[in-house]
Amino acid sequence: MQGEDLKGEHTEAADRPPAIDLTGIDKSFGAVHANRAIDLRVAKGTIHGIVGENGAGKSTLMSILYGYYQADSGEIRVDGRVVDIQSPDDAIAAGIGMVFQHFMLVEPFTVLENVMLGVEGGMRLAQGAAQARRELQRLERDYALEVDPDAVVGDLPVGLQQRVEILKALYRGAETLILDEPTGVLTPAEADHLFRILRQLRDQGKTVILITHKLREIMAVTDTVSVMRRGEMTATVKTAGTSPEQLAELMVGRRVLLRLDKAPARTGDPMLELNGVSLTDERGVTMLDDVSFTLQAGEIVGIAGVAGNGQSELLEVISGIRRASAGTMRIDGRPVDILHSADAARQRRIRLAHVPEDRHRMGLVTAFEANENTILGYHDDPAFANGLLLDRAGIRGHAVERMEQYDVRPPDSRLKTENFSGGNQQKIVLAREMERAPKVLLVGQPTRGVDIGAIEFIHRQLIAMRDAGAAILVVSVELDEIRSLSDRILVMCDGRIIGERGPEASEQELGLLMTGIAE
Amino acid sequence: MDFLDVILVLDSTVRLSIPLILAALAGLFSERSGVFDIGLEGKMLAGAFAAGAVGAVTASAWLGLGAAILASIALALVHGFASITQRGNQIVSGVAINFLAAGLTAFLGFAWFHRGGQTPQLPASGRFQGLVLPGAETVRDVPILGPIYSELISEHNLIVYLGFLAVPLTWWIVYRTRFGLRLRAVGENPAAVDTAGISVTWLRYQAVVICGLLCGVAGAYLSIAQSAGFVRDMTAGKGFIALAALIFAKWRPWPVLGACLLFGLLDAIAIRLQGVALPGIGEVPVQFMQALPYVLTVVLLAGFIGKAIPPRAGGVPYVKER
Repeated sequence: MQGEDLKGEHTEAADRPPAIDLTGIDKSFGAVHANRAIDLRVAKGTIHGIVGENGAGKSTLMSILYGYYQADSGEIRVDGRVVDIQSPDDAIAAGIGMVFQHFMLVEPFTVLENVMLGVEGGMRLAQGAAQARRELQRLERDYALEVDPDAVVGDLPVGLQQRVEILKALYRGAETLILDEPTGVLTPAEADHLFRILRQLRDQGKTVILITHKLREIMAVTDTVSVMRRGEMTATVKTAGTSPEQLAELMVGRRVLLRLDKAPARTGDPMLELNGVSLTDERGVTMLDDVSFTLQAGEIVGIAGVAGNGQSELLEVISGIRRASAGTMRIDGRPVDILHSADAARQRRIRLAHVPEDRHRMGLVTAFEANENTILGYHDDPAFANGLLLDRAGIRGHAVERMEQYDVRPPDSRLKTENFSGGNQQKIVLAREMERAPKVLLVGQPTRGVDIGAIEFIHRQLIAMRDAGAAILVVSVELDEIRSLSDRILVMCDGRIIGERGPEASEQELGLLMTGIAE
Repeated sequence: MDFLDVILVLDSTVRLSIPLILAALAGLFSERSGVFDIGLEGKMLAGAFAAGAVGAVTASAWLGLGAAILASIALALVHGFASITQRGNQIVSGVAINFLAAGLTAFLGFAWFHRGGQTPQLPASGRFQGLVLPGAETVRDVPILGPIYSELISEHNLIVYLGFLAVPLTWWIVYRTRFGLRLRAVGENPAAVDTAGISVTWLRYQAVVICGLLCGVAGAYLSIAQSAGFVRDMTAGKGFIALAALIFAKWRPWPVLGACLLFGLLDAIAIRLQGVALPGIGEVPVQFMQALPYVLTVVLLAGFIGKAIPPRAGGVPYVKER
């Protein structure tokens, strides 16, 4: 790279070697071929987006670049030089830093300790700490990434934790920064702030690789975008010369309707009425504070809010998983005791169905076969029983029907549930909860970890339920989803419902409400 | 109970606490790294036997101590191989090590020494003798301070002093060194350590070996310092009490010292009160007094320490996602 030493100021970007150049990267996990002969060039000083559905292989590819996994074959060049990256250590030495989707932070540690971990600068911590503190403060100043070095990371909000991750990478001298789905945990305002940081990093000469499945972010912040589908790199285009529709088509391999068409709601009787519902948990923290609203037959009400503001607790109280501390609830006009007993089975008997937020923790037993999961909680139904025993053949037959109806792939009712993709697992839960034509349907995070094609299907099913007269409550951290599905939007903050808006409300307006700033 | 009685009970507290302190610190290293170790008991027992056997054959306390450490580290490596490399269940592995040590020490004791599982009485050179600290004899008759110095502080064997030194040393290693930072990190979030470019496996093996070393010393203390030979099952649950002390102390070195001294004190009082008629109650059965430390352990652990939050990644083998 002798030419590089001349450092010609007006060298054309195209003449410089790319910051990252991957050729023929191939990786399999057992039978899953996650990356097939991937080629990717990332120009220096740009923000390069990588989009694709869940399971398209984006994260795997970037984890290979960061040395977290090793490629089966292929070559990695950094600044034109071939590097052998066997571990994150090698990647860090080559100037590559990564911010993972699930933060790699030690929560009881301070910010400074997290930043120092692995580059302590001496056998005793005291040897490197003062130096590290100065360097950290310099980085914070230079990149406008303020965070208290002595704060305990576990006490920081996620936005700041992410900042610590970025600082960690910069502290290790990263020239190329990879961010894996960085906005999943952020509010729209925090995401915008992150984008400002990324642009600033680019303007100071860093290279940024942004992995996401949100097309809006790609359009907003990237210079170039590469699309992956089923382990292959299908296209690399200039962001300015493309459109969300085109990208979606490249991702899925067919045309996708990004906009949901639906008729106006025809509302009927009140189906779910909450009055003054409050919940104080065992630590004495108020999780729900005087929540009142009414959900009518034939409408979808969306609950918007930053994760952790009481939405999960609200679903748990309504579905009978948890007792409330105060308040009353009526389902289809009949009072339901929510203060003295939490009985999810009773709620099911009065035809309230619940698609939990976390399908792995609550919605499914992933070690069970698909057919067993399609009757979970309804196993007492005489249709599935032979006297004392389960009617296995009947259950399997029933499961196959449901799986076909909900387009679960593969339609194999004997397959273990953990072997289905996220979208197909979600369809199994939806099939189970929706088939009994519930009067009230609670849906937590309908499409978390679900790819675009399946999102479209799930949204259509929910609209169809609504048009059939069900009252549907949707909780989601995806504002786009809330806005496209809902007939009315309730915004939650700090356990309270702080406002109601129509679906036409702008993202900015909702974002401000969610943070409790505007009333 | 006069002043000298109090001194004697405290003196015996010190002697009884040492194996607990060493074993609990051993557990601290292992569990802070994310490897739960229910096999402290087994490792101590193996160490005690190795020390007793080698001490009896060679008449050297130092060779006995070395053998104890080697035997204990060998078992620690078995636990490490099962739970780090093979990603097995750490509880099952620990239980297996306890059974293995209990059976093997008894069996080898029978086979080698033909004394019902005991090792022969050790000669003086095969034991760690009490060290008389300078001036202990001169100050013996000084009121209050004299007995405290000459009875309580002086005249313990080397391992006792090492055990107490191990506490500040552990604190320094865990909170003030690079190794300690990484140790605490790997017990909380091994993925963070891995992505920082540090080997999770190597770090955990180091922790497990330190655990083995300390358990070996604790075992040697039992057979060649506190007593003069190995007796079957001589650890008598001390490894489990140490584990309880570790939880009680919330995995921190100084509270470990406090908890172990407390359990040692209970034990010392129980011994002191054997055969003594208490006012209004009469003579308390020996078995009741012996059970007291265990009962109090349960009570303390059940209600008096608040929530003990173990290292978050404890007990979970590290597997990269997928």
